[in-house]
Amino acid sequence: MARTKPPPSKSPPASPAAISVRVLFFASLADLMGERRRSLRLAAGATIADALRDLSLDVPELAARAPHVSFAVNETFVSADAALSDGDELALIPPVSGG
Amino acid sequence: MIVELTSNPIDVPRLIDHVNKPSNGGICTFLGVVRDNAEGRPVVKLGYEAYESMAVTQMRTIVEEAMQRWNLDAVALSHRTGELQIGEASVVIAVGAPHRAEAFEACRYIIDTLKTRVPIWKKEFFQDGAVWVEPVSSQPSPQ
Repeated sequence: MARTKPPPSKSPPASPAAISVRVLFFASLADLMGERRRSLRLAAGATIADALRDLSLDVPELAARAPHVSFAVNETFVSADAALSDGDELALIPPVSGG
Repeated sequence: MIVELTSNPIDVPRLIDHVNKPSNGGICTFLGVVRDNAEGRPVVKLGYEAYESMAVTQMRTIVEEAMQRWNLDAVALSHRTGELQIGEASVVIAVGAPHRAEAFEACRYIIDTLKTRVPIWKKEFFQDGAVWVEPVSSQPSPQ
């Protein structure tokens, strides 16, 4: 069967594709943000650094803390340039002090 | 292997029993306990918060690393969450090994590594306030 392109009238709306991620805050960052989790909508292809930029618009103090924050996506440590996917769980992890 | 987070007091004999196997000639335990001061400033209690699911995964990975490196057949690791009073154990490690050297080394490895990459945070409560302990030197990085 020959593949056919969908007619232009059926293309998606012109707004850019977006993803939704769940962001978790712990310890001093939960205090700073005033919440423990937040759902964030980002442009497709957004990185953790992009997410931080969005969050810092709300809470500017977060930007100053960012150099000492580690990141985990779906419970695996990653660097700030990691790309996010729809449905990801992004955790902002301050320096740890267990033990 | 026992790896757990618990909001109840840690049952230390249970952890020791778990690693007391016939093939083991040495058991090394480590208890982290709540100290009554932070660099001289009186501490009234501690609070521990964890990213629980990831903390357990990281703790299990660290224990597996130690078991493989020192060829161990029995390790137990338990960490508390919530509020702890002075003298209570916040973390307990029990390592069983055929000989003591491996037991000591593996126990040391587990506590040192836990402190660098398990997402758990300690809050020190003083008479007049509380602070999260977040040493920049313990900032985890991607493995």
